[in-house]
Amino acid sequence: MAEHQLHPETWVDKYADYLFNYAVGRISDAEVAKDLVQETFFAGLKSAANYKGTAAERTWLIAILKRKVIDYYRKINSNKGKAEVRMGYSSQMDADGDWLEEQVADPLSILENDDIENEELGLAIQECISKLPQKQSLVFSMKTIQGMDTEDICKELGINPSNLWVMIHRARTALMDCLNKNWF
Amino acid sequence: MTCEEAAIICNKEQYKEATFTEKFKLIVHLFFCKTCSKFSKKNSELTSLCKKAHLHALPEKDKVKMKKEIEGKI
Repeated sequence: MAEHQLHPETWVDKYADYLFNYAVGRISDAEVAKDLVQETFFAGLKSAANYKGTAAERTWLIAILKRKVIDYYRKINSNKGKAEVRMGYSSQMDADGDWLEEQVADPLSILENDDIENEELGLAIQECISKLPQKQSLVFSMKTIQGMDTEDICKELGINPSNLWVMIHRARTALMDCLNKNWF
Repeated sequence: MTCEEAAIICNKEQYKEATFTEKFKLIVHLFFCKTCSKFSKKNSELTSLCKKAHLHALPEKDKVKMKKEIEGKI
């Protein structure tokens, strides 16, 4: 008996933001990232019969998305004929001295590591958000990620502000718990 | 002020939506209540983590569209 089963009807609510974050990290164009997420879901549906249930749904979907990202870069490169590599010796034209030495990565720079860590953090947070009850994750994401006004959210969801703050409170408490386990 | 009320104000403060009086009451409460000041610290930590992670989310209307298209194919 397989350990995991697919529930395509819950995919969008559970994984769309998670996959979207992953895609945006690799393709900065949000429109393209959105399309890739959609294509991932379609491809998942198409090959649902091949799903053996050994991996969790999320892992399986992210594996499909990875392929989609690679395919995307292949496609845009082949459109141009071939991959183009443009490289100047230096972006600072007025730099003098040894050009090679100026290109060496700064070993003291922590910027690159920060980027990687922030992306992992983002995925960890999304994973925790997707474990929340649907209404809570919706309210939390509208408020925190999309930065919507309390009033607008209340209107859109037909709730009153004190409902909203209670949901935010539950969501935040659950997230702190979840991140405590998975991140720190 | 009860701890429940303090927690709600603390959450509002994370989104800069607490009023001046609320903030003042919260600070007084936090001074006396260990549990709440711990919660408050954790809460701010969560806010700064969320900021640091540059989270993205798909707008709800895109999701609704996506859901419909998936349902059409199930």
